[in-house]
Amino acid sequence: MIVLSRRDLPPLLSAIHDPPARLYLRGTGEPDLLSRTAVAVVGARACSPYGSQVARMLGRELAAAGVVVVSGLARGIDGEAHRGALEARGLTVAVLGCGIDRDYPGAHASLARDIAERSLLVSEYEPGIEPAPWRFPARNRIIAGLCVATIVVEARERSGALITADFALEEGREVFAVPGEITSALSAGTNALLRLGATPLTSAADVLESLGMEPPRAVPPTISEVAASLLERLPASVDELVRSSGLSVAEVAAAVAELEIAGLAAEGDGLCRALARPVG
Amino acid sequence: MLARAVTFALVGLEPRRVEAEAHLQFGTPSFTIVGLADRACQEAKQRVRSGTLSAELEWPGKDHRITVNLAPAELKKEGSGFDLPIALAILAATHQVPRPRLEEHASCGELALDGRLRRVGGVIAVAEGARRAGLERLICPYEACAEAALAGVEPIGVRHLADAVAYLRDELEPPEFVVGNGRPRRRPLDLAEVRGQERARRALELAAAGRHNLLLGGPPGIGKTMLARRLPGILPPLEEEHALEVTRIHSVAGLVDPDHPLIGYAPFRSPHHSASTAAIVGGGPRLRPGEASLAHRGVLLLDELAEFQRPALEALRQPLEDGEIFVARAAGTVRFPARFQLVGTMNLCPCGARGDPGAECTCSAQRLARYRDRLSRALLDRFDLVVTVPRPRAVELQESSGEASEPVRSRVVAARLRLSAEPPSRTSAADELLTRAVERLPLSGRGRAKVAAVARTIAALAGSDAVLPEHIAEALGYRAPPDLAA
Repeated sequence: MIVLSRRDLPPLLSAIHDPPARLYLRGTGEPDLLSRTAVAVVGARACSPYGSQVARMLGRELAAAGVVVVSGLARGIDGEAHRGALEARGLTVAVLGCGIDRDYPGAHASLARDIAERSLLVSEYEPGIEPAPWRFPARNRIIAGLCVATIVVEARERSGALITADFALEEGREVFAVPGEITSALSAGTNALLRLGATPLTSAADVLESLGMEPPRAVPPTISEVAASLLERLPASVDELVRSSGLSVAEVAAAVAELEIAGLAAEGDGLCRALARPVG
Repeated sequence: MLARAVTFALVGLEPRRVEAEAHLQFGTPSFTIVGLADRACQEAKQRVRSGTLSAELEWPGKDHRITVNLAPAELKKEGSGFDLPIALAILAATHQVPRPRLEEHASCGELALDGRLRRVGGVIAVAEGARRAGLERLICPYEACAEAALAGVEPIGVRHLADAVAYLRDELEPPEFVVGNGRPRRRPLDLAEVRGQERARRALELAAAGRHNLLLGGPPGIGKTMLARRLPGILPPLEEEHALEVTRIHSVAGLVDPDHPLIGYAPFRSPHHSASTAAIVGGGPRLRPGEASLAHRGVLLLDELAEFQRPALEALRQPLEDGEIFVARAAGTVRFPARFQLVGTMNLCPCGARGDPGAECTCSAQRLARYRDRLSRALLDRFDLVVTVPRPRAVELQESSGEASEPVRSRVVAARLRLSAEPPSRTSAADELLTRAVERLPLSGRGRAKVAAVARTIAALAGSDAVLPEHIAEALGYRAPPDLAA
């Protein structure tokens, strides 16, 4: 375990209105990775499959471009963002609202271990301190403080993720919001942010561009014509694809699996969604 | 004066030979039954006495002590099936029935106070015990004739105790009876009534062809249960040996139709989610087969899987693995066969709105996690096919009806033949795709094996000699979603 005193805090974090007195670090990552370009990905705990897929995609693509993905280890969006970054073998920092020796939530104990193996878990609280509701908003100021930009993926009205966005705005950092359906309560918070002037996020490249970074040029995976034609019809359920394409269930199912293996689509709660736009 | 009649007691499904010995001696009048008889069996005294008098037969005189021993004494005797052998033994002891002739017969049945005979459960198992013991004829209630005949003994169907006595005195020929044909009494539900839901229909067909366990998820009211109930209609009929096995289990549970006892079709059971562990896997004080055994060679539907008590669900893991259930008691262990196909349905979250584009899910993250935690990974791992059924659009509901069950069933029969004759094996291209999928998708070792098995079924249904990459690809679509998988 490493303890950073106020003098050793990364510059971005020490620049905020009330920086933490000290920061406890757990994990094998170097402390100076906290000074590298970092982006926060935060959002609802009870998220939709859409939200979790977007969070994972952002985590993966940002980490692949060399950005440190910062989040709060909570269920839902936070966890997916961390997982996406780990998938891309990138760096990710989890900021906890309790002592760094506590795995909270319990369901993310193994995720916390994976993060500690490659990167860092950090907290301003001494080891052994229990999680408490009032510690999470305070934790959010550190998430926002560590990062040059904050992305809110899905948030209800009065969500904790909006507190993180507020801190980021106060410190003059960039805030992105992922647009959602205007009728969905899960997107009420993010859509409200957009109305207030947050930058709409349509792909990880939007963030990289604003940071002056180049997205890594990935070779587009080769997929069959059938799969490519289905990709353009997403989001849709398999039944709807059968109906609109005139193919058999077996053919559609095989093409969807092809898209999933290629990392171009994912299925959640019966609906297939595209994770990237059709190539070409 | 001593006489004996042979019958069989059931331990689980197994018949054990029991001799009802009646002994008369002079003394203070009394009537005692010994030999570990349970309550129903003790009450035989009243039924046997009234039945004998109603049949206008003689009851031993006022100066007689009657002792009935059910041997072997250490075996527990349960139920009312011992009434007839007890009555016949007493009648033989009083020389109203020829003793040597009685000893050539097995008998079972419950007596009514007016001397008529009532059906009891498990007659087929008793008849089987008689056949194994070398007894060729079984005196049983007339309604149970068809059932007893299935076990290969000659049933002597009697409607009244007086008929049984007349037959044993050679004064009466046993009446004729009809054996059923083994077809279901009611037409099974037809798939033609399901509109849309192409993917779930496909999964149902695959489940039928490959005997895969199937989990249907989705918001309420979209037809998960409706689909699941149509699975028996596309299953092939049972082989003769299996049909007898199934009939025996249902007979012991007292669920056999007297006119059509043979169950030649796949049974379908759907216990309510409040069912206890004993109700599902069997047991209880009388060691009856549970729902899992009643679904042997058929389908066990657990509607609203997540609402079942966890111990009841966990108890299903053993039969899902071994195809049988061992119920252990201090007195010994009883084996119930339970090779069933499991079909589960569940909502995607406790409020039910998840997966429904027209509703908003209000479940908190903790509540959702708790709901999904009710099902252990070990149980979820047993489902080869997991399908999330979306809410159909109004357009689909207006469409004409879907394909009927009959053509689906013929495809299933053909696929099963192919799977048992020479199961298709994977081509190298298919192997390559499977390996790539394991690398790219969250897929465990067991998940890989399940995909391979489902792909084999898909190939067999397609009439292909080999498992091709497209079959693997389709099979991948039925794996458990990451939030349900390990």
